[in-house]
Amino acid sequence: MKAVVTVVGKDKKGIIARVSGALFENDINILDISQTIMQDMFTMIMLVDLEGSELAVKQLSDKLHIIEQDMELSIHVQREEIFSSMHRI
Amino acid sequence: MINPFEIIETINMIDKENLDVRTITMGISLKSCAGPDIDEVCEKVYNKITTYAKDLVKVGEDIEEQFGIPIINKRISVTPIASLVDALDNPTVDNCVKLAKTLDRAAKTTGVNFIGGYSALVHKGYTEGEKVLIESIPRALAETDLVCSSVNVGSTRAGINMDAVKQMGEVVKKAAELTADTQGFACAKLVVFCNAVEDNPFMAGAFHGEGEGECVINVGVSGPGVVKCALEKVKGADFGTVAETIKKTAFKITRMGQLVAQEASKRLNVPFGIVDLSLAPTPAVGDSVAYILEEMGIEKCGAHGTTAALALLNDAVKKGGIMASGYVGGLSGAFIPVSEDAGMISAAKAGALSLEKLEAMTCVCSVGLDMIVIPGDTPPSTISAIIADEAAIGMINTKTTAVRVIPAPGKKVGDEVEFGGLLGTGPVMKVSGYSSEEFVSRGGRIPAPLQSLKN
Repeated sequence: MKAVVTVVGKDKKGIIARVSGALFENDINILDISQTIMQDMFTMIMLVDLEGSELAVKQLSDKLHIIEQDMELSIHVQREEIFSSMHRI
Repeated sequence: MINPFEIIETINMIDKENLDVRTITMGISLKSCAGPDIDEVCEKVYNKITTYAKDLVKVGEDIEEQFGIPIINKRISVTPIASLVDALDNPTVDNCVKLAKTLDRAAKTTGVNFIGGYSALVHKGYTEGEKVLIESIPRALAETDLVCSSVNVGSTRAGINMDAVKQMGEVVKKAAELTADTQGFACAKLVVFCNAVEDNPFMAGAFHGEGEGECVINVGVSGPGVVKCALEKVKGADFGTVAETIKKTAFKITRMGQLVAQEASKRLNVPFGIVDLSLAPTPAVGDSVAYILEEMGIEKCGAHGTTAALALLNDAVKKGGIMASGYVGGLSGAFIPVSEDAGMISAAKAGALSLEKLEAMTCVCSVGLDMIVIPGDTPPSTISAIIADEAAIGMINTKTTAVRVIPAPGKKVGDEVEFGGLLGTGPVMKVSGYSSEEFVSRGGRIPAPLQSLKN
């Protein structure tokens, strides 16, 4: 199962390190990553593969929630299908 | 990978613009539960509902977590209960209430928000069971928490059953009186329809129709806030652009509903029925249909031009949504429930929105006069006449119309009634002081219109 991890917030040191570190610790592979500054906000979007990891989306987002609060970011984890169904015919 | 802008757009819709799936509704046929003995019937009904819907809430919550889409309600609709009452040896009001309590208990066990289908379809005439069921509605609603009731009193094919219209005025009034301590709350769970649809997932009017299968999943989407925000970006543009913007937004909203419906159907192993393409407001600021109309350039909802704006909105939502889902059904359109819509509440309080204007708006929107609080001393015949007017609009225009009014005991025009939660706050609205008593008392049936002769 593929999921999209979205990180939005004020730019600061260590965002990528902490988020990708958390994914690595939980044995989650990052398939694609894009990072940009959108409307003055740091925006990182990762496509991750949850196969092989024991974590379901819910547990993953609980883990990332800690980083979210720590670093004052907004982090979402959602299954990929929501975006593909909404934006592709 | 999907374009980052599209990802951020979706996330903004959910986080900032109140995009949600309003309801996953499981329709369950109770035909197999019919029988002569009330206790046996109640047991079968309870067992069937709690078996079929045992995972409904859990599956809804799982989908919500995995896709990151809020799913506000999980609900159940059942075969109109009048058909079970017809099969009873002893169809009394007490036995009907017993059935209502059974539904309530089953709803609580499964953890759903509401259960709909305490209903009767009497657009042409009554059976004995239907008569008793309708008589029992006030008590059934007053003595349960989660049961919703609906009665279909007219259709384009059959005309309007004016005996039922007369009786429903009295039923609404009595339901309000029996729940005077909660300002007539029972009436919020009671809808009087013309051209009721069989696969509506929205409450209070959901029931599992005669032509439906054993069990089905229907999904109702929502997202007035998303449409409003999209229109903010095309300020001053012509109506072609407005319609196009709404269509594109409705497409995206509906695709999400379709995804949720398919996923729920797969996980529950129940066939997918329809997606209802509706814009259903909530009292949350930013989730209002009235604000969409105001965004189009109406200073306050209810001003001249409101009906045209609503017509455009309703049509564009359907055009955008229809391609996004394999099966579209239910009510599909914009809802205008006064107490559930922050913009409508504000317009009614300011005196910009009257019952007469709302009636005109129901000619071009999805349903009808919805969640409107009227004075507690409104006579039953006036409520019946309001129902007759709405049923006539539905019958002639071959569309669903409905009346859900609350004659709040002891309340007068200018007062306010607080229902709480999604049902919101209703300012008491003025009804005509002139009598319709003689008209309503005639009884009989208004013949089906020329529109019915399509063969």
